Amino acid sequence: MLRFYLKKRLVAGKKSFDLELEYALADGEFLGVRGPSGSGKSTLIRCLAGLETPDEGFIKIGEEDWYDSRRRIFAPARKRRVGVVFQDYALFPNMTVLGNILYAKADKARARELLELTRLTEQADQFPRELSGGQKQRTALARALAREPELLLLDEPLSSLDEELRDSLGDELVRIQRATDITAIMVSHSKAETRRLCTEVLELRSGHLNDDKLRVY
Amino acid sequence: MNIDPLPFWVSLRLGTWVTLVLVLVCFPLAWLFSQAKGRWTVWVESIASLPLVLSPTVLGFYLLLALSPRAPIGRFFESAFHVRLAFSFAGIVIGGCISSLPFMLTALKTGMRGVPGNLIEASYSLGKGRLETAFRVVVPNMKTGLIAGIVTTFAHSIGEFGVILMIGGSVPGLTKVVSIAVYERAESLDFSGANAYALILVVASYIGIFFLNSLQRYESRR
Repeated sequence: MLRFYLKKRLVAGKKSFDLELEYALADGEFLGVRGPSGSGKSTLIRCLAGLETPDEGFIKIGEEDWYDSRRRIFAPARKRRVGVVFQDYALFPNMTVLGNILYAKADKARARELLELTRLTEQADQFPRELSGGQKQRTALARALAREPELLLLDEPLSSLDEELRDSLGDELVRIQRATDITAIMVSHSKAETRRLCTEVLELRSGHLNDDKLRVY
Repeated sequence: MNIDPLPFWVSLRLGTWVTLVLVLVCFPLAWLFSQAKGRWTVWVESIASLPLVLSPTVLGFYLLLALSPRAPIGRFFESAFHVRLAFSFAGIVIGGCISSLPFMLTALKTGMRGVPGNLIEASYSLGKGRLETAFRVVVPNMKTGLIAGIVTTFAHSIGEFGVILMIGGSVPGLTKVVSIAVYERAESLDFSGANAYALILVVASYIGIFFLNSLQRYESRR
């Protein structure tokens, strides 16, 4: 179970607002967080990943505290068992597909398994610059899963793909999430995408929930 | 025309030592500056860039004072390592390092800042620390910056004049570098001799810069 309460002051140009959100997500669920640009979606992902520090709150996964402002606990990103798929995938250009996965965990058997799961076996020795958008997305996903994280965070993973590819890779994402039974949170600005792929959906407006849990499948 | 090869040998040794020392010194400095956000970096970076705008003679004069056996640094080297820095090869290496530091530091800093921040964050999120991220993600993705640092530092240090003359004088085989040889030949009105030394330096510098530009062109096309 992932439980968190986060509060962070966000400044966008001359405007500022508080991102304030409390939520609990059961193991194996796939939460979609949607909202317009600048609503605090990516900051939420970054705070959960340990790439940004909230102003106050807590993040607890199972019995493990990743962040607690009162007890001054902050586990940096490298100490959290988290897998992040960045919006532009952030693949290491100097490594092949296999190299990117092995960088996360030097376990060849696990890497081969992930290559098969993400249907990238044939591209194992290719560099990121030689891959299509969809292959890059799947490489980023395989790399994020390599360390067997407790939480998978996806920051608009489908936004840079064309519509047709977005649909098929969205399905692929759900297949892999279910196959690995990993708790996942995906941020997206698309209402249709989150509704179609996620088991729970939240909508953020200027840092706050627009409504309560909008839809539970 | 009598061309003495010794100044070339001294310049080559000087350039190699300065480049090697500066790669080792500037890597952690550049990493620190590229990551740090505090205002103090502006102060420290400005000091590190000072040799770019300071007259080499002024820099050389203060270095000579600092490295002389009467000054604390010079005294320390003499008592601890039995090395006299003023008018020695070790002294001109130190002078060359300080004089060329901004070239290496700027090139490495620019190279590191050119590595997208999300690659570094991706590495952290994959459980890697700063050191492993620096060596396995940052360095391989800033090759052009590293080579630019090496080429410009080497070219600058083999052509160094003012600082070297102030600290090292002109001891043949020890501190007499090519640029000092050019100066001495010109001063004694041996223009063809000065021209021979100078021309070799120009060609060597051109080859270095040409190599650097070709590499940058190749990298930008990739």
